[in-house]
Amino acid sequence: MKELVVIGNGMVGHRFVEALLDRDRAGHWNITVIGEEPRTAYDRVALSSYFDGATAHDLSLGDLTGPRVTVHTGERATAIDRAARTVTTSTGRTLTYDRLVLATGSTPFVPPVPGHDLPGCHVYRTLDDLDAITDRARGARTGTVIGGGLLGLEAANALRLLGLRTHVVELAPHLMPAQIDQGAAALLEHLVTGLGVHVHTGTSSTAVRPGPTGHAAHLDLDNGTRLDTDLVVFSVGIRPRDELARACGLATGERGGITIDDTCTTSDASILAIGEAAHHRGTVYGLIAPGNAMAEVAADRLTGGTATFTGADTSTKLKLLGVDVASFGDAHGRTPRSLDVVVNDAAHHRYAKLVLSDDATTLLGGILVGDAGAYATLRPMVGSPLPGDPLALITPHGAPPPGAHTLPETAQVCSCNAVTKGDLLSAIAHGAHDVPALKACTKAGTSCGSCTPALAQILTQAGITQTKALCEHFPHSRTELLEIVRATGTRTFSALIASHGTGNGCDICKPAVASILASLGNGHILDGEQASLQDTNDRHLANMQRNGTYSVVPRIPGGEITPAKLITIGEIARDFDLYTKITGGQRIDLLGARLEQLPAIWARLVQAGFESGHAYGKSLRTVKSCVGTTWCRYGVQDSTALAIRLEERYRGLRAPHKLKAAVSGCARECAEARSKDFGVIATDKGWNLYVGGNGGFTPRHADLLATDLEESDLIRHIDRFLMFYIRTADRLQRTSAWIEAMDGGLDHLRDVVVHDGLGIAAELEAAMERHTATYTDEWADVLADPDKLARFTTFANAPTTPDPTITFTTTRDQPVPTTPVHLAMPTTRP
Amino acid sequence: MTTAYATSTTWIDACASSRLHTDDGIAVLLPGGRQAALFRTRDGHLYALDNIDPYTGAAVLARGIVGDRAGTPTITSPLLKHTFDLRTGHSLDSPHVRLTTWPVRDTGTTVQIRTPLAAP
Ligand code: SRM
Ligand SMILES: Cc1cc2nc3c(=O)[nH]c(=O)nc-3n(C[C@H](O)[C@H](O)[C@H](O)COP(=O)(O)OP(=O)(O)OC[C@H]3O[C@@H](n4cnc5c(N)ncnc54)[C@H](O)[C@@H]3O)c2cc1C
Ligand code: SF4
Ligand code: FES
Repeated sequence: MKELVVIGNGMVGHRFVEALLDRDRAGHWNITVIGEEPRTAYDRVALSSYFDGATAHDLSLGDLTGPRVTVHTGERATAIDRAARTVTTSTGRTLTYDRLVLATGSTPFVPPVPGHDLPGCHVYRTLDDLDAITDRARGARTGTVIGGGLLGLEAANALRLLGLRTHVVELAPHLMPAQIDQGAAALLEHLVTGLGVHVHTGTSSTAVRPGPTGHAAHLDLDNGTRLDTDLVVFSVGIRPRDELARACGLATGERGGITIDDTCTTSDASILAIGEAAHHRGTVYGLIAPGNAMAEVAADRLTGGTATFTGADTSTKLKLLGVDVASFGDAHGRTPRSLDVVVNDAAHHRYAKLVLSDDATTLLGGILVGDAGAYATLRPMVGSPLPGDPLALITPHGAPPPGAHTLPETAQVCSCNAVTKGDLLSAIAHGAHDVPALKACTKAGTSCGSCTPALAQILTQAGITQTKALCEHFPHSRTELLEIVRATGTRTFSALIASHGTGNGCDICKPAVASILASLGNGHILDGEQASLQDTNDRHLANMQRNGTYSVVPRIPGGEITPAKLITIGEIARDFDLYTKITGGQRIDLLGARLEQLPAIWARLVQAGFESGHAYGKSLRTVKSCVGTTWCRYGVQDSTALAIRLEERYRGLRAPHKLKAAVSGCARECAEARSKDFGVIATDKGWNLYVGGNGGFTPRHADLLATDLEESDLIRHIDRFLMFYIRTADRLQRTSAWIEAMDGGLDHLRDVVVHDGLGIAAELEAAMERHTATYTDEWADVLADPDKLARFTTFANAPTTPDPTITFTTTRDQPVPTTPVHLAMPTTRP
Repeated sequence: MTTAYATSTTWIDACASSRLHTDDGIAVLLPGGRQAALFRTRDGHLYALDNIDPYTGAAVLARGIVGDRAGTPTITSPLLKHTFDLRTGHSLDSPHVRLTTWPVRDTGTTVQIRTPLAAP
């Protein structure tokens, strides 16, 4: 086995080791990785989402440690001895190598203005930097970012999210000079200013001045302005970390960077360099896509391959402060005699420019601001003939944007992961028939995500219908059906299928329509024809168990219960000989009830003051709580009272899937609110609202939607969020999947829920008011209605005979079904 | 149909006609202890087949969802969503699985199922 040492465990170093392990099946290499940061590699591209609720764990790219890989974190390589082929580290370790890979990335450049090293001056590169900025922002009011490029604007957004009044200072005459032109920048500046960020262009900082405490307090600009600022973030550019390479005499570029050839080899044949630290044919790339390409080439070379790196695309698409910005190919029109086609629609906040060859047939590049929807299809077209009139491609009401079907097979659809249209078509031919499957087997769409729309188009082109039809009976999606029901006032399934569907329905469309009717307030779910539409558990308002018996789950709002009620539950369970269990939802499940026993059990529960817990419904389950200020020494708000209030407000609300919630009394988060569809965590000033979490098959942490809300605002936000979900989600789509599939994702959701961007907030709130005003306990209603009670007999011709196939034995002193029935896995998910 | 009831069969009363609602099944206890799931579909047809879901062993098919697949009238089990042809009892998931079916009629006041006098 040969020794491979990798210096740097950043994004590219990580990708390199993955790629090498993938190719080195025979196990030729033993790999040692040295990383200076205290943690293993994480997604630096998504660094800013740290301020949007993502945790270090969410960003982690995973630990590479395995039988052939050792990773040392918190350790810096301090010297390379090329003659001895050794690397020395900050802990005194010496490692011998056969091959060495430098993936040391870059470091932010801090201009040597006076005061640049005062406390309160920061850079924006690592998670530690972000923690330091967060710390400093506590108690600060104003922050300034020096540098109005891509990263500077990201940093500005971070300061905004931290609640600071934010300035951006840019030396060039306009924002993002590297990527966009004057016209695009004018629109960008207008939009950014509208968000409350103060932009100062064409000026540079001359000094950071301390205040009385010795911390940064003012910033002087060369136009004579003095800005008050408690925090300064430098973001004027990056410098490749080539210091180790220089010290051991490797060739470096004039403006820095370890010089490499097309095989990623440095001037020493045993040493390779990749990523932002490398200098290739005069360029140091500050983007992830070229770095990944180098990682693949280096891994290929070390396993006997012949891959080459010949330069890369520097296209970028981002959402800066909620504004779409994309720049691709020759965006600045540097090709001689190139032509521009520009649409500058200031009224609608859109700017689009295409750069074309001198005969106007070939696309060379472009810039999109305000709406970058066409990016995914335009970027791969660079270098290819245009499918039609260029102006139509960027005019919003002109022709629809060109589809991915117009691309040649060699076009690179995913630039982050170098996946061509041909690669995607072959994956489709091998059975990847939807977007998630394509992502999993080609990696396309897994980095910045901007190519995902093109993946769907290519599937369609390959003849894979991405149908939105609910089932064979309705050509519509759930959302469309809901709109039809709302618009037409249809109140029964029969009428709906007669007017908009075919056939008699099935186990997919019937429960989906039943849920829509229930969400729109159509009376009791067992009224009339509706009873026959309900899915298994809703049909008898209880969860069917494997032997045909049912479980009973009374509502225990917030998990709070009096001893008297506990005793009642115990007595009922004893009298009906039910198995009891504390559930994961802070309440009690009584299992093993026969169909005909349900009314009698519920009569006693209702009498004791219990209501249905809707454990059976696609509706609100529980709002878990912690003990909060009432008891807990750490609590900062009364989480139990709020949880009960929320549970009582949303109980009985029918939704596309079940809804779970929780409220924690402080950031210790004992109620696990971030694993819920909506979670609330107390702060000193109010409540933080998180949305889109769940456990289950694909666990996901909820995202921060709004901070420090008062209780009334919090409830308004949740009302809007839930109703918007009910109106627009797909059948059986949890809130997490709904947000992930949403165009514009969390930003769009926030726009709708917090800023009322669609102007529907009042209507959503009114719909929720109607729900709360008309709520009644479903079980109490059944007990009062002889027609509904008739459903709860096992045999129509022998009402007093129990089902003879149901029998019990005793396990740990409780009744359980006799023969364990072996259930096959369902062929389709319910 | 699976069985020819040449001799010793009889029509037994399952329930009052008004008790059997469209697309909403009920279970019936047959002489000898077998159980039938009884359905009336939207086009007025009556069907009776075994109430026990062969995939799970639980007597629950009467509590499933009635519908159709490409024109075939179906019942979907509430437990793991296996689907059967109401007319023949064939499983749409595995053709070798088949439920017993029985003739049914509505006298105008009563729904009746024809079964052997004792368990087969
Ligand atoms: C009883 C309970 C387990 C327990 O003994 O603790 C339970 C039992 C069932 N869970 Fe659960 N889940 C229970 C807590 C959970 C939790 C934990 C929680 O809520 O904090 C989770 C993970 C959190 C989440 O939902 O995100 C959970 C994730 C699931 C899932 C996966 C959902 C997903 O999005 O992937 C299903 C399947 C589904 O709903 O499609 C499921 C479905 C079920 C069903 C309803 C399956 C069914 O259709 O028969 C089980 C029937 C329970 C019954 O008959 O009463 N259960 N289930 C818990 C009832 C809580 C309650 O008081 O209502
Ligand atoms: C806020 C932010 C947003 C970004 N957004 C985008 C984007 O949208 N699109 C895009 O394409 N790119 C983006 N980038 C750039 C992208 O993150 C980088 O191109 C990428 O991380 C480069 O990977 P790398 O491995 O070369 O360097 P890095 O990820 O910086 O990794 C280098 C690692 O090596 C370590 N190291 C250095 N020297 C030593 C030593 N002597 N011993 C041990 N360890 C050492 C460093 O600590 C670091 O962990 C963004 C960057 C930032 C900071
Ligand atoms: S979340 Fe905070 S307040 Fe609630 S129990 Fe835990 S530590 Fe106490
Ligand atoms: S282009 Fe970034 S993930 Fe595909």
